[in-house]
Amino acid sequence: MIISVASGKGGTGKTTVATNLALTLKNTQFIDSDVEEPNANIFLKSQITDTEEIQVEIPDINEEKCDYCGKCSDFCKYNALAVVPNKVLVFPELCHSCGGCELVCPNQAIGCKSRTIGKIEHGKINDIDFYNGILKIGEIQAVPLIKALKKKIQPNKNVIIDAPPGTSCPVIESINTSDYCILVTEPTPFGLHDLKLAVEVVRHLNIPFGVIINRDGTGYRQVETFCSHEKIPILAKIPDKKQIAELYSKGIPFTEELTEWHEKFIEIFNQIKKEI
Amino acid sequence: MKELTVISGKGGTGKTSITAAFASLAKNAVLADCDVDAADLHLILKPVIKKTTGFHGLEIAYIDFEKCTKCKKCIKYCRFDAIDENINIIKESCEGCGVCEYICPSKAITMKDRDSGLVYSSETRFGPMAHAMLKTAEEASGKLITIVRENAKKIAEDKNKDLIIIDGPPGIGCPVISSITGVNLVLIVTEPTLSAIHDLKRITSVANHFQIPAVICINKYDINNQNTNDIVNYCKEQGLEIVGKIPYNKNFTQAMIEEKNIIEFSKDETTEELTRMWTKILAFIEDK
Repeated sequence: MIISVASGKGGTGKTTVATNLALTLKNTQFIDSDVEEPNANIFLKSQITDTEEIQVEIPDINEEKCDYCGKCSDFCKYNALAVVPNKVLVFPELCHSCGGCELVCPNQAIGCKSRTIGKIEHGKINDIDFYNGILKIGEIQAVPLIKALKKKIQPNKNVIIDAPPGTSCPVIESINTSDYCILVTEPTPFGLHDLKLAVEVVRHLNIPFGVIINRDGTGYRQVETFCSHEKIPILAKIPDKKQIAELYSKGIPFTEELTEWHEKFIEIFNQIKKEI
Repeated sequence: MKELTVISGKGGTGKTSITAAFASLAKNAVLADCDVDAADLHLILKPVIKKTTGFHGLEIAYIDFEKCTKCKKCIKYCRFDAIDENINIIKESCEGCGVCEYICPSKAITMKDRDSGLVYSSETRFGPMAHAMLKTAEEASGKLITIVRENAKKIAEDKNKDLIIIDGPPGIGCPVISSITGVNLVLIVTEPTLSAIHDLKRITSVANHFQIPAVICINKYDINNQNTNDIVNYCKEQGLEIVGKIPYNKNFTQAMIEEKNIIEFSKDETTEELTRMWTKILAFIEDK
């Protein structure tokens, strides 16, 4: 079973929910797919045992065969190739690895070569099999790295995916094969607005979902009103407590000290199982 | 004309609340919301939209089933797994490369524009604003951000504004890079948590990679003194100036609930520090 944790707005508590839930379950696989800013291992503290570089293919121009006809740069929708007199310029970061340039070249002057965009780390902690994607600094595309990360998924385990913030490509790639999605929000106008966007995405993808309200207690009731109006289950409300914020700041999962939340996370998990 | 982008690496450190405060403090600026994925600045600035234009992101493949012979060559050549067994295009996976159109022997595939979002030029009580809306499950947010920034520049030229303040997205990838390339200064908003510090280091490396000058704001600096000290030491090592230390203040949320920025909402130690920070940032931008 695959459960992803997403939010729309950043900083609402995705990693808090994902890590504390994972620590409560057995036979768990944890996938941190926020490859731009992965934080889950700050809390899980798994020992990384192996690292794998992730590569994409980019065009490799054979200058001897190339007659600078420009068909490759005309075809490329991403402006990753430019043909200037007697030279083909390749812009690796812009390339989406579609293979089109190789196909259209009339002189078979284009092959491919590999380029590293990031890495996947793997480790273990207690009963958790941990995977982490890390995008290289200056790289644009998170999606190929997330795709590689998803190949590690073993659906017979309890798989928790910690998704990136936002609502576009990296989020969709992270959650689109999930059996259930937990949307974490906070009771503020920003939290509500971005929750609505996230709800549109999970509905669009036809994924069953529920909401966890984090930092409950601002007095802003509209998030709950929205959920009840839309018939969205509220799985839990995590209180706005200084102790929880302090533990977070130190990289400590709050269930380690607020042990009553173990039970609560087991209940959340059981409720999710019922809904799918 | 100068550009300032507010970024953070980690989400939820206070980028938008601080950008909204700058809207009050800046004298002659255009505001731009480049967090097009989850745009929130408009919730405080309440823009009145003056002009709307459509945004076409990547193209998308369309299949003419009258011409299609189900040879499935397109499935074989698509690197994005965007065509299923029944030769339906999976909208969320198609990156618009055009390989299927090229490879189809019966010319059954054509690439078409997709309506990916809307671009707005607006007026707010603080001055003009450029923003956008990305439609659900659409891609190409990097391209949309570039268009918002171009729009902001055009507005600034037309209205004689000398500064563009950009509310950036979280992360370090495509949308962030589109939001910061070529700007005069980035303000990195961090907070004293281990997660935010980890992300601060990565976003600082990105700014360095693209050779963009950066200054730091520590938001909620008083929630963990040890971590705040670690940030101060890291900034010293890196030669990064800390332009502001903002205390934890519930007024940020209360102001947001009343659709105000904190400068409009209250006057206290926090708003004084924000005002001092803005003066320092302006001095940095003047320098660049």
